[in-house]
Amino acid sequence: MQAHRWHLYVSRLWLGGVFLFFYLPLFFLVVFSFNSTRQDSQFTGFSLRWYQALGQDTRLVEGFLLSFNVALLSATLATVLATLAAYALIRFGAFKGRSLFNAMLNSPLVMPEVIIGLSLLLLFVGLERWLGWPERGATTIVLGHALLGMAYASVVVQSRLKEMDRSIEEAALDLGCKPYQVFFLVTLPNISQALIAAWLLTFTLSFDDVVISEFLSGPGVTTLPQVIFSYARRGVNPSIYAAATLLMTVVSVAVLIYGIHTSRQMQREKSRPLNDA
Amino acid sequence: MRRGRWLVLGVPWFWLLLFFAVPFFILLRISVTDMGEQLNPFAPLIETHAGHFSLHLKLSHYVSLLLDPESGWGQTIYIEAYGLSLRYAFLTTCLCLFIGYPFAYFMARSHESIRPLLLLMVMLPFWTSFLLRVYAWKGLLADAGLINNLMVSVGLIDEPLQLLYNDISMLVGMTYVYLPFMVLPLYANLVKLDLRLLEAAQDLGATPWKTFWLITVPMSRAGIVAGAILVFIPCLGEFVIPSLLGGAENIMIGRVVWDEMFSSNNWPRASALSIVLILGVVLPLAWFNQRMARKVEEENG
Repeated sequence: MQAHRWHLYVSRLWLGGVFLFFYLPLFFLVVFSFNSTRQDSQFTGFSLRWYQALGQDTRLVEGFLLSFNVALLSATLATVLATLAAYALIRFGAFKGRSLFNAMLNSPLVMPEVIIGLSLLLLFVGLERWLGWPERGATTIVLGHALLGMAYASVVVQSRLKEMDRSIEEAALDLGCKPYQVFFLVTLPNISQALIAAWLLTFTLSFDDVVISEFLSGPGVTTLPQVIFSYARRGVNPSIYAAATLLMTVVSVAVLIYGIHTSRQMQREKSRPLNDA
Repeated sequence: MRRGRWLVLGVPWFWLLLFFAVPFFILLRISVTDMGEQLNPFAPLIETHAGHFSLHLKLSHYVSLLLDPESGWGQTIYIEAYGLSLRYAFLTTCLCLFIGYPFAYFMARSHESIRPLLLLMVMLPFWTSFLLRVYAWKGLLADAGLINNLMVSVGLIDEPLQLLYNDISMLVGMTYVYLPFMVLPLYANLVKLDLRLLEAAQDLGATPWKTFWLITVPMSRAGIVAGAILVFIPCLGEFVIPSLLGGAENIMIGRVVWDEMFSSNNWPRASALSIVLILGVVLPLAWFNQRMARKVEEENG
């Protein structure tokens, strides 16, 4: 019993300590976004001036809009490509070059981002010389983020496809559906949860990325993380804290809604008398 | 049927070849290019002169990584940057394992009803900008920052310690950012551990300590390897953390590649640096990871 007690104390202490480590910087950002002066060592009084400054900072606002659009496009592109790739890997069995395909798909997961950024930059510069397209800017950033996001999204989609019941696809085929109808009417609706999860994941990856954007952006094109990065290197700017606090609020609320939604759905599924897949 | 299959497979094939395979070969090609006087990184490798082919391969970019004209072999900034990157990546992986393993273990042993909440709490900071979380450490570790103030007021130290722009801030920042990458695979592994094995060991007289080292740790080997790789590789190429939390001495290879590319405009050398990193570290690790995964799969039947 003594040993059990001891275990419990250590466990709580360790969990608490690490969570403190995780959340300390976030508390710091929130508290100092309300500071009345520019310094970040002493809280001198409550004020909202940094939130007001935020709205007037056109670079931050424009960066936010660009990042949002880039993330929207690249997440969609990445999810579509990842779904095709995952479907081929899970449903097509052995095909020619499967292991090379799989290796290329997963490589961005283990490649330092600097190398992805550099090699894509060289490709785009080469293409631009050759074909005059694409000009460096939002387009190239979207393509770069989509490449990275596709690797992550395909992991999510593959695991869902693996556990999905194949017999319903076969039933649809037996009942006379064309293969593409099966794909759109049976497979996709069945994995929709995973598709949403993959899309959200790739959206955040894109919205948060700074390294690939730094390599691929062109003159006058700066995403929100790039703006923050350049501010951060220059010194203290509590407007960034305010932006962080707003971002955190939005994310927390979204996660909360999503959590409540899924737990309700799980309860509904549990209470359903017939588990009709 | 065949046409649909071709389409499903062809689109991602084309995409991966164009945006992954081709850029890699361009990287390789530029790393051996003689830019010439026009400083053209796409200068042709093969030239024809009156019916004669001549091949221009310039390996000096690779040599220049090793040889400094003034201080000699092995004394270059590049070797130093590789060394420091490996060192930071290694130390961060060790720290993440040391902090993350007990954390994941206690999480997996906590009551079933609170596990999803704990998991969500680990992931939540993930969804806030990585850059901002790193940036916050700048304020926390400053000379007059929260941590120094706290330590002084408690009486632990008399004068503020230099915590920023050195190894301490680098390791704190990198451990902070990559700890979840260690915790999540470990947790996924430890939560599946068959508790009957632990009971059996205890029934046979093993102390809890012995059970932990002889059963729990070996059983979670796959999680340890996965976590270590997920931490080690991104750390190696880390670009943002040395820029924000590092000093002049804390150079890492990601930053050096960037400077070669954009400050010195030496594209071949930046490419050579990347190729060495891929062939020397990333490929061996990926291969090792795959072998481990296969081994674990075989052991589990």
